[in-house]
Amino acid sequence: MATINLVDLQKSYGGNVMAVKGVNLSVADGELIVLVGPSGCGKSTLLRMVAGLESVTAGRIEINGRDVAKAEPAERDIAMVFQNYALYPHMTVRGNLEYGLKNRGTPRAEIDRRVTEAADILEIGPMLDRKPRELSGGQRQRVAMGRAIVREPSAFLFDEPLSNLDAKLRVQMRVEIRKLQRRLKTTSLYVTHDQLEAMTLADRLVVMNSGLVEQIGTPTEVYDSPATLFVAGFIGSPPMNLIPIEAMAAAEGFANVNLPPNTDIIGLRADQLVIERPEGETLVLDGIVELLEPIGGESHLHVSVAGQTLILRVPGRPELTDGAQIKLYAPPSAMHPFNRETGRRTDHIA
Amino acid sequence: MVENRPLLNILTHLVLIVGVVIVAFPVYLAFIASTHGADAFARGLAPMLPGPHMIENYHRMLTSGLSSAGAPPVWLMLINSTIMALTIAIGKIAISIISAYAIVYFKFPFRLLAFWMIFITLMLPVEVRIIPTFKVVADLGMLNSYAGLTIPLIASATATFLFRQFFLTIPDELMEAARVDGAGPLKFFRDILLPLSRTNIAALFVILFIYGWVQYLWPLLVTTDSRYYTIVMGIKRLAASADADPYWNLVMAAVMLAMLPPVLVIIFMQRLFVKGLVETEK
Repeated sequence: MATINLVDLQKSYGGNVMAVKGVNLSVADGELIVLVGPSGCGKSTLLRMVAGLESVTAGRIEINGRDVAKAEPAERDIAMVFQNYALYPHMTVRGNLEYGLKNRGTPRAEIDRRVTEAADILEIGPMLDRKPRELSGGQRQRVAMGRAIVREPSAFLFDEPLSNLDAKLRVQMRVEIRKLQRRLKTTSLYVTHDQLEAMTLADRLVVMNSGLVEQIGTPTEVYDSPATLFVAGFIGSPPMNLIPIEAMAAAEGFANVNLPPNTDIIGLRADQLVIERPEGETLVLDGIVELLEPIGGESHLHVSVAGQTLILRVPGRPELTDGAQIKLYAPPSAMHPFNRETGRRTDHIA
Repeated sequence: MVENRPLLNILTHLVLIVGVVIVAFPVYLAFIASTHGADAFARGLAPMLPGPHMIENYHRMLTSGLSSAGAPPVWLMLINSTIMALTIAIGKIAISIISAYAIVYFKFPFRLLAFWMIFITLMLPVEVRIIPTFKVVADLGMLNSYAGLTIPLIASATATFLFRQFFLTIPDELMEAARVDGAGPLKFFRDILLPLSRTNIAALFVILFIYGWVQYLWPLLVTTDSRYYTIVMGIKRLAASADADPYWNLVMAAVMLAMLPPVLVIIFMQRLFVKGLVETEK
C-alpha cells in the first residue's frame, strides 16, 4: 500500500535528447494509473525510472513520501511485470516465484505460504514444478504476475504486459488484471500504447506525448473533454474528427453558436455525428459519402465535408452508395473547441 | 528437403561409409600395429590382423616407457597431458566467461576498446608470438613447470567472444527482473547467467580440452625435464630414436593411449556438447 509522487521528473540521454521533460504526478494509495501514449512518448522510460532501471536526470520520485530516486530497484519495494515476462528460463515456476523472496532472506515458511497463496489467486498451482518453456503465453503472463504478487510490494509496475498475447487472451487477461488489482488494492502504474486497454483498466489515465503529460484524468473525463488536440486524436476509436473552423462555417446553425475566443478547430466525436435528424437544436453539415466500412453491428462511414474527411460511427449497415449526398447532424453541445496554435481547449472544462 | 528414394539412400550411405573408412582406417592400422611384436614391421609389410603382443606392448609403454628414446612412462605423460588440458580448459572458461560478463553487462570507460583488445589477440596465436612468450616464461622461471605449460595458453579471445555473443542474446529484461528481485551483480551471474550458460560451457570444455590435449609446439619448448613431458610431444620423441628403426609397435600403443582421453571426454559430454552447439532455446 503506497502513494507515489513524481515531482518534475526528467530524463535525458546524452545531454540533448530529452525523453521525459518534467512530469508531475500524484498517485493515491490503491489507485491504478495507466500511462498511455504513442511509442517514443516516454511512458516506458517514466515507468522504468520509477522502477529504478533508468537513472533520473532531475526531479524526485517519492514512494510513501520517501525519495527513492537514487535507490536500487530492490530497495524501492516495487514489483515489475515485463512485456516479455522475463521469467528465469532455467528455474521452475516455483523457483521463479521464490527467487526474489529468497534474495531478501524471507523465512522458508513465509515463502511457502506466499507462493501457495499467489498460485491459488492466479490458478497456476498445477504448474509450479514446470519450466517456463513448457507454459503457454497466457500461463507465462500469470507466472510473471505471480512473481510480482508474492513480493507483496508497495506498488506494481506493468510495462505493456499484454502486448505479447493474442487478441482474445489479451481481453481476458485485462479483465483479470483489473479484478486482481481491485482485490489486492495495490497501487499500480501500468504502461500501454493501446488506448482501449487504457480506458478499460484505468482509475486515472495519464496521456503522454513526446515526453510531456498531455492530460491526467479519469477515462470518462479524458474521453468527454480532451484537454488538447493530441488527446482528442489519440483517445477514442475511430479518433475524434478535428475540423478547421472554416470548414464548419458553412454548417447550418453554426453561426448561432457562441464559441470561446481563439477557437479555430472544432472536434466532433465519431458517435456524436448522426445521419438522421435528431430532436432539438442541431448543426447540419452537407457531405458526400466516400466509403462505408461495415464492422458487424455498426459501420464506419467516411464522409467528405468541405474537403475534410469525417468519420462517423453509425448503427447497423445504412444503405448508402459511395458519392451519395448526405446530411450530417450534431448537437452544438457536442463540439469540442480547440486552438490550433496552442493545441489546447479554448473553453475551461479541463 | 526430405526425400525418400531408395537409390539416393544407397548412394548417400555409400558416400558416408567411404568417408568413415578413410578416416577410420589409419586408426585401425595404428591399433593393429600396437598389438604386434617389434619384428612385424621389419619385413616392410604391415599386418592387417591383430597380433598376440597387445597386453605386453601396452603394459610396457604404461609402466616403463622407452628409455632409449628418452621418454618417461606413458602414464606420467598422460597425467601431465591431463593436468595441462584440464587447467587450460577450465582456466580459459573461467577467465573468458568473467571477462565476457564484464564487457556485456557493465558500463565502464573504454569498454569497447577492452573488447577489441581481447578480440585482436585472436590474430596472435601461440605460434606467432612464441619467441617473446618463451622469453617471458623463461624470465619468470616457469620453464619445466605446470604453470609454464598452461598459463600462456589460458587467455582466450575465442571463448570470450563466444560467451559475449551468448550473453547478448539473453534479453535485458532478465537482468532487470533480477535487479528488481534483489539480485546484485554477483548473484545475477551465479544464479542466472551461469546456469543458462551450462550447455555453452560444456561445449567449450570439450573443444578446449582437446585444444589443450593436442598442444605440441609449446610443451616441446618449455619442457626439458622429462617429468613434465606431455603425451603428444612424447610420441614425437618415441618415434625419433637416433640410431635405430623406431619401435613402431610401441609407438602405436602410445598413440592409442593418447587418443583415449579426448575420446572419453567427447563420449561423456556428447549430449551436453551437441546441445550447446545446436540449442537456440533460451
